[in-house]
Parts: sequence; C-alpha cells; structure tokens
Amino acid sequence: MAQSQTAAQTAETMPPLSVWLPAVLVAWIIPGGGHFILKKRGRGALILASVTLMFVFGLFMRGMMFTPEKGDILTTLINYGGFVSDLASGALYFAASMFGYAQGDLPGAVHDYGTKFLVTAGLLNILAMVDAYEIAAGRKD
Amino acid sequence: MPKMNLSHFEAAFLFALFTSVVMGITSKKTDKERLNYGAYCFACFLGALVAIGWAMRLGHG
Repeated sequence: MAQSQTAAQTAETMPPLSVWLPAVLVAWIIPGGGHFILKKRGRGALILASVTLMFVFGLFMRGMMFTPEKGDILTTLINYGGFVSDLASGALYFAASMFGYAQGDLPGAVHDYGTKFLVTAGLLNILAMVDAYEIAAGRKD
Repeated sequence: MPKMNLSHFEAAFLFALFTSVVMGITSKKTDKERLNYGAYCFACFLGALVAIGWAMRLGHG
C-alpha cells in the first residue's frame, strides 16, 4: 500500500519525457550542451571547458580507455564501470575512439593519472546531465 | 598527439580544479553558493593532497 502510494507520487512528480529528455541527451553528447539549450550559457561554458579539458589532458597523458571485458568480479566491475564512465563523455569519447586515440594500459604514474582523468571527465558529465534534468524539470534554477 | 608529462602535484591540481568547478555548478542553487562550494571543494582537495602526501612521506620513513 505504502509502496504503491510512493510509486504514484513519483509518477506524479516525474515531468514528461519531452520536457527533459532532449536536454539530457544533448548534455550527454556535448558536455554543457544541456545547459546551453536551457539558456544557462555561463554554466554550460564552464562545464564544457572543464569536462573537455579534463578529457583532452587525459588523452595527452596517454590514459587508457576501458573496454567491457569480463574476468573475476573485480576485473569485470572495473572494466565495465570504466567503460560506462568513458562512454559518458559523449562525443569526446566517440571522436577519440573513431580517430584512433583510444589506447590500452601502459605502466607509469602519468598514464595512470590520464586514465583517471578520462574516467572522471565522464563522471563529471553525468553530474552535468543530472543538473540539466533538474533544471529542465523545474526543480532548480 | 602531444604528450603531457605532469608531476603528481600538477596532475592533482588540475584534477581538483576541473572537478571543483563542475561540483560547484551542479550542487548548489545560487551563483554565490556555487562559487563558495566550488572554492570549498578545491580547498578540500588541495588540503587532502598535502595532508596525504605528508602522511605517506612520514609513514614511509
């Protein structure tokens, strides 16, 4: 009973797909793009600069792009998690893969930092996508 | 493609900077709060960097 009430409340408060989906999709493909189409240009520009620079510095440091590989549970978690995070960078990830900049694991602290930069760029873009959703849904200015 | 060879400090500094900017923007509701939270996150990142760096140095002997 309580569960069905909560589900009904969530369904009521959830805005229609057409309100937020375009902003979230654009935010995924172009970091900060969701904010741009929601007329939050200053915030969009800062997100675009931060995520793009982080991704590009990750590439310059020869960071590794994860691929979805299976193994023991930790290996599977790391590889799938890393892959999803890389994928969250949107066009940056697709462009880097398409033009052959994706590379495997290399030993060394700088490469390791590069891998973290690439993954974190994607995670920051997920934060930006959630923010774009909240703005589009009217929960935030 | 150019290759970057950053030191630990430079890499951690840039990481802290970009992460703080996005966290500040996405976490708060007014511009003033965003600026304050971004600066707070950046200070925390750098404080943790220095503290953990010293802990590792002292712990290593």
